[in-house]
Amino acid sequence: MAPVAPKSGDAIFASVDRVNAELFTLTYGAIVRQLLTDLEEVDEVNKQLDQMGYNIGVRLVDEFLAKSNVNRCVDFRETAEVIAKVGFKMFLGVTASVTNWDAEGTTCSIILEDNPLVDFVELPDTCQGLYYCNILSGVIRGALEMVSMKTEVTWLRDMLRGDDVFELQVKLLKQVPEEYPYKDDE
Amino acid sequence: MIGVGKIKPYTNVLDRPLSKGKQEVSLSAFAFLFSELVQYNQTQVDNIAELERRLEDAGYAVGARVLELLCHREKGNRRETRLLGILSFIHSTVWKVLFGKVADSLEKGTEHEDEYMISEKELLVNRFISIPKDMGAFNCGAFVAGIVKGVLDNAGFPAVVTAHFVPVDGQQRPRTTILIKFAEEVLQREARLG
Repeated sequence: MAPVAPKSGDAIFASVDRVNAELFTLTYGAIVRQLLTDLEEVDEVNKQLDQMGYNIGVRLVDEFLAKSNVNRCVDFRETAEVIAKVGFKMFLGVTASVTNWDAEGTTCSIILEDNPLVDFVELPDTCQGLYYCNILSGVIRGALEMVSMKTEVTWLRDMLRGDDVFELQVKLLKQVPEEYPYKDDE
Repeated sequence: MIGVGKIKPYTNVLDRPLSKGKQEVSLSAFAFLFSELVQYNQTQVDNIAELERRLEDAGYAVGARVLELLCHREKGNRRETRLLGILSFIHSTVWKVLFGKVADSLEKGTEHEDEYMISEKELLVNRFISIPKDMGAFNCGAFVAGIVKGVLDNAGFPAVVTAHFVPVDGQQRPRTTILIKFAEEVLQREARLG
């Protein structure tokens, strides 16, 4: 069955309620600051941010599927494209691109040039091990897990660490077979 | 220590031009994030008062930065020094930038000289929140109260700021009132300035 053309990220973004990105950015900053105060170790903060992202991803995928008309992706390549072109646009208003595929088509990089989370942010020397945007990788992992894909998401490049873009590597570990009762409504 | 020693134009946030602040993200993205903030803080506390204090603390960090940002961008590097000036700055400028609209109302308390109230029919942070019965008077507006406190404190107007639900006749949901109680020194200074 041919997939129905999904709505473009731009169209969805234009139709949903929006808030000022600065409120979002500063609130995220306040969260990171609280975590650093509470947990003290940057590794623990990385872990907690990833967990929070995962929690968000698990819930966010419902809204994503409901608003985007995206049908089941035929392969992981399509999945990655949908995340970059529709997902990022729809929630954060930015476009990402997908590159660096491996031969098997199970690992790729999502490149972000624009990232609303890091406005006004400068990583101090004491926080060099911090993956400031680690919440994003958690979101992707959580959302994909809800559509039966176990993934591993890691940061390869980070503008806060002096790189020229943000690069998230998404690696498909395995597709979890669906179990009865099937929730397929095609 | 990745990136240390590289000199690139974006490494220093102060060298970049100030953004115009017109960028937006989806409301859901903010709502998801805020809900995680509340849930995380719930795991760190034993009681409601402590939870509100922590949310206020998070808001305070936002308020302090918003004041600096908006004074540069909207006010030509000038900061309000009078009580009514800073209140209307919060009620109009800050609210407009953060929540896309001016606050519903700004009133002076009738019983106490040092009290002011900013009311909002449907506060953004309370929009997707319903308070369970066993959490009593807990109000996520504490985060916004923290923002207001952050702005006031850093502008030189120390105050105690709290958020309260106020039932409205004929409305299902109560409105949120941010109560501002200024420190004595602020009122004395105002009186001196005449």
